[in-house]
Amino acid sequence: MKKVAVIGIGQVPVREHWDKSIRQLAAEALLNALQDANRDEIDGLYVGNMLSGTLSGQEHLGALIADYAGLSGVEAVKVEAACASGAAAFRQGVVAVAGGLKKCVAVVGVEKLTEFSGRYTASALATAADSDFEASVGLTFVGLNALVMQRFMFENNVSKIDFGNFPLLAHRNGSHNPNAMFRRPITLEQYRKAKVIADPINLLDSSPIADGAAAVIIVPLEDIETSDKRAAEVLACEAGTDYIALHDRPELLKLKGVEISAKKAFRAANLQPKDISLFELHDAFSIMTALSLEASGFMSATEALNRVKDGYFEIQGKLPVATMGGLKGRGHPVGATGVYQIVEAVTQLRGEAPEKIQVKNPLYAMTQNIGGTGATVITTILKNISPS
Amino acid sequence: MDIPRYWRLKNQRYHLEGSVCQNCGHQSFPSRPLCPQCKSKDLKSVRFNGKGIVYSYTILYQTSERYEGYVPYVVALIDLEDGPRITAQLTDVDLNQVKIGMPVEMVIRKYFEEGETGPIVYGYKFRPVFSKQDLTEPPIK
Ligand SMILES: [Zn+2]
Repeated sequence: MKKVAVIGIGQVPVREHWDKSIRQLAAEALLNALQDANRDEIDGLYVGNMLSGTLSGQEHLGALIADYAGLSGVEAVKVEAACASGAAAFRQGVVAVAGGLKKCVAVVGVEKLTEFSGRYTASALATAADSDFEASVGLTFVGLNALVMQRFMFENNVSKIDFGNFPLLAHRNGSHNPNAMFRRPITLEQYRKAKVIADPINLLDSSPIADGAAAVIIVPLEDIETSDKRAAEVLACEAGTDYIALHDRPELLKLKGVEISAKKAFRAANLQPKDISLFELHDAFSIMTALSLEASGFMSATEALNRVKDGYFEIQGKLPVATMGGLKGRGHPVGATGVYQIVEAVTQLRGEAPEKIQVKNPLYAMTQNIGGTGATVITTILKNISPS
Repeated sequence: MDIPRYWRLKNQRYHLEGSVCQNCGHQSFPSRPLCPQCKSKDLKSVRFNGKGIVYSYTILYQTSERYEGYVPYVVALIDLEDGPRITAQLTDVDLNQVKIGMPVEMVIRKYFEEGETGPIVYGYKFRPVFSKQDLTEPPIK
């Protein structure tokens, strides 16, 4: 197996892009990444997307995006794994290059969620769950996470306000990221008063529906100069799954898919949680932040709820998370999110993040993209190949 | 309109039909092609009795298109007395009364209507079980 590296990154700001179609968003991010990598040819394109068929009436994104980015003729395919579609596509790109089948591939994550009103988008997002036995009895995607959070609060005797510090942190970081959807900090008082969507989850526990696209270029590590400060080595990119329906999981509060994926990633990278310089986690809902920190091996979920109060997860803290705003601050264009996370991790490793949110001399950056309520999980560890 | 789906799900929706592994006793709802615990294919179909306890719940204030007219409503994870955990709506219940650990029982209720002319979909929901005392009629004066 070859070692692989990310040599180019590109993105469009996460917004409600009413003026841009799914192909425009994807082509823009892809062309930005090619320019950043200083390449104009690729031999493979992997597109991460969840809902183009449902919300844009458009499937066959591989060929479409290759076409609009001037790459018609190249092998191209769409990869779908609910909210983990972006990282799932990234993994396919990594596997192709590591296996020696491809010399230079592009991965694009793209999602357009604002074509319709919220209720229709909510129905579409609920297809990440078990259609016959969860969604069809009236459960939504937010509702699934609410079931987990309610039980967690009951078992651990914690109150809802304890979760508020995670969205606060995400929005604070996001306020410095020009590509973030929300660029304003929020207060605990706003959190306390936020509208409840699916009790106990309120509007500020939940990441916003948005449009976006992000892209990366992957090549074998042997093809680049070791002095290339802009390249990041992919030390690990590992996937895990869990029972899709919450009711089938032996332990509701254990994210087994996260555990499997993170364990495999740490083993592949030969690292431990304490080695990680920053963690772009999947904070689609505040409860997911706490539970994924636990299942990844960093600390118990209740400890995470305590430590967030003491600055542990801040930019200057021991384990900075959601450094560019996370899913809450940057926004969650579902199939694009996993690729945004990689783009942000590479930005941090290069030292190119906006000053206020640049982590100091990071060596190892971890990203984790979660599909559904933890049924597909992909954990990636990236390394700065020329640390200063 | 997905009529074949409603027809196909009738035994689950009306009778809580699942399966029990004849090798290790693991229970599934709905039934599966093989046991997720021991991989045995020797599974027997069963109908669970529809009594259970609320394991977790959420009150939905925003929902998908189909259920839009029904908010707020409660969806719960329910541990069946003689079966596995399932996901279902609670019905005939005061939103403030819902608690983890609350005993519930299955009833058949309307799920949603598929548009103006489409079918009305029915299936299991769960309602609170009242103690004998609650059900005793007050003496007629
Ligand atoms: Zn078995």
